[in-house]
Amino acid sequence: MSDKMLLDAAQRLFETEHGPDAWVGPGSGAMEKGAPIWLKIEHMGLPLGLVPESAGGFGADPLEVFETLRAAARVALPCPLAETMIAAALISRAGLDLPEGPASFAAPAPGVVSLTREGDGFRLRGELARVPFARGAAAVAVTAELDGAAHLALVAPGDCTQAAGENVAGEPRDTLTVDALLPASAVAPTALDAARVFALGAAVRAIGLAGALEQTTAMTVQYANDRVQFGRPIGKFQAIQQNLSVAAGQTAAAVAAAGMAAEAAADLLDGGSDLAPIAAAKIRTGEAAGLVATIAQQTHGAIGFTLEHPLRLFTKRLWSWREEFGNEARWSRDLGRTALSAGQSGFWPMISSY
Amino acid sequence: MTAIFDFPAPPEAPNSDALRAEVRAFLAEELADFPPRERALSWTGFSADFSRKLGERGWIAMTWPKEYGGHERSALDRYVVMEELLAAGAPVAAHWISDRQSGPLILRVGTEEQKRLVLPKIAAGECFFCIGMSEPDSGSDLAATRTRATPVEGGFRVNGTKVWTTWAHKSHYMILFCRTDGGPEDRHKGVSQLLVDLTTPGITIRPIKDLTGGEHFNEVVFDDVFLPESAIIGARGDGWNQVTSELAFERSGPERFLSSMALLQELIGRLSQQPGNERAEVIVGRLSAHLMVLRRLSRSVSGMLERGENPALQASMVKDLGADFEQSIPDIARSLIECEPDQTAREEYAATFAEVLLSVPSYSLRGGTREILRGIIARGLGLR
Repeated sequence: MSDKMLLDAAQRLFETEHGPDAWVGPGSGAMEKGAPIWLKIEHMGLPLGLVPESAGGFGADPLEVFETLRAAARVALPCPLAETMIAAALISRAGLDLPEGPASFAAPAPGVVSLTREGDGFRLRGELARVPFARGAAAVAVTAELDGAAHLALVAPGDCTQAAGENVAGEPRDTLTVDALLPASAVAPTALDAARVFALGAAVRAIGLAGALEQTTAMTVQYANDRVQFGRPIGKFQAIQQNLSVAAGQTAAAVAAAGMAAEAAADLLDGGSDLAPIAAAKIRTGEAAGLVATIAQQTHGAIGFTLEHPLRLFTKRLWSWREEFGNEARWSRDLGRTALSAGQSGFWPMISSY
Repeated sequence: MTAIFDFPAPPEAPNSDALRAEVRAFLAEELADFPPRERALSWTGFSADFSRKLGERGWIAMTWPKEYGGHERSALDRYVVMEELLAAGAPVAAHWISDRQSGPLILRVGTEEQKRLVLPKIAAGECFFCIGMSEPDSGSDLAATRTRATPVEGGFRVNGTKVWTTWAHKSHYMILFCRTDGGPEDRHKGVSQLLVDLTTPGITIRPIKDLTGGEHFNEVVFDDVFLPESAIIGARGDGWNQVTSELAFERSGPERFLSSMALLQELIGRLSQQPGNERAEVIVGRLSAHLMVLRRLSRSVSGMLERGENPALQASMVKDLGADFEQSIPDIARSLIECEPDQTAREEYAATFAEVLLSVPSYSLRGGTREILRGIIARGLGLR
């Protein structure tokens, strides 16, 4: 793929299928099962964007594929695109068969699930908390340890006890209680252990945050130009201008951070192990999310506080995604530990190596 | 609209590792006895001797043509040298302005005579510049400049007062921004830039102590100073355009977020002695994330400049975000380490803390105030 043809096509599709007209009314963050929009996305092959060519993928540039996730977030796409993409990337790399339809993934902390051999197959046991879009997924790719090595296990949500949950944007975050006997064909060793998969989750959320921030800032600028008070658009007032400039700077930082996350995520899929750029990206986008959401809500005034107004689609995603796959505090602790162990003389060499 | 948020991935800098190692080795030796409280001055620290050594190394005028003393290296190589100097708190003030701003201006629009006169000396680290922009009644409102160069036989007669002129008292030349034509009502028209040899009769330079107690900036009075016609830089009356096109170079560099590095590194040195301090880990992790992202933004703008684009808006965003970051360091430090700031302390941490604490107010003033930058960003957003 050259000249970002994939990104252009994806963007066109997203805008046609879920442009501003679709934002009106109190819609939730979840698509209906078999929604036409998902079928069109599947038809484009987008969910297979991170699958290697050798395993049935189409050889797209992973950085461009990650950019489609930013574009999806700019329209608040109500589909498990990021989840299916990552799941497919993991499943294909582990040499397992790709399931039909949307999928999701889970990277439980050590000890939360157990994977053991049983007969010709395996038993997966434990609780998978808040799996994104689990209820509509054909399979959830779960990273678990077996004999001290990371394995990927595919489990169907239908074979689990499901407790429905959702984030504040209305996106499904279902908790699955698993005690399932899996066939041998559903489990394989994986190079991507739980820490790496968790980081991939953080990377796609950071990228999504950047897209949602772009739209939030753009909508807010538009509103400030349209809304007239005291005889002029409120965007003519310096107080509003200064706030929106802050939002723009934060958004720019988030977009840059998303680029960093995408590069690092592509490296992880290629066998890399450096999580620091993803940590930095999740920290920075998460911080921007809070600041920009506050400015956007304030600028929109009371209309932005209604459940009808499209602003909610974006600010609620900002408030949700900054917590998912590790919030700022969690990743800051990791990154800070690395920085402090580099010490006074090693700190700058660490920073400047990125 | 979303295009203004796009900062393309910074270009790869091949062989930069070797250059970086070379600069680090040089700095480790040169600055072995340079204390943190001195490093805290960052790019306000002045040493003619140090600048001359950098010139000998070929680390000034790195991107300029060889015929003017430059080294024809890439902007990315130059970036590596700049950020390593700043991270080490090296005293770079003497040549910083001439390398970053004055030299490139003369290279771009100066006459052959001007180029031959100053560029090789700048490159050698032996010729220092200051910028005469602000005046007592013209700060952020640069177009309100009152200093006037009145055309006379063979040149100009200059009268007026410049203020906050950093390192004028140690500089050889000034790039003077003043009115040559029209009146104040003409605003952006009729202003010019002139090359001023600071030994010219009629110029009085008086240092002004700043908040740190240091004498970094000055008042410069022009009393009937004669400048030859050849002093005009670029086109007479085109000063506004020339100045604004410099700004992207001035506003996006690593000096816009690394000014507090001395304190940050001292802080990390202390905290790394406290293993298991989770609050410190969280705070340092956040700062690391900010630094990594700022660096990416700044290097991205450097790439845009190298490609000949005009990222004035993006540069303003880098400077605004960078100033927020570097200004936040003293308050963050005091949330982690209890210490009374004292410039006279024997103990380096207290002195470094004091020096940076007293320096940070200038970070969101110099090179365009926070409010002006945000106004520029608002214009870019289509609000003005």
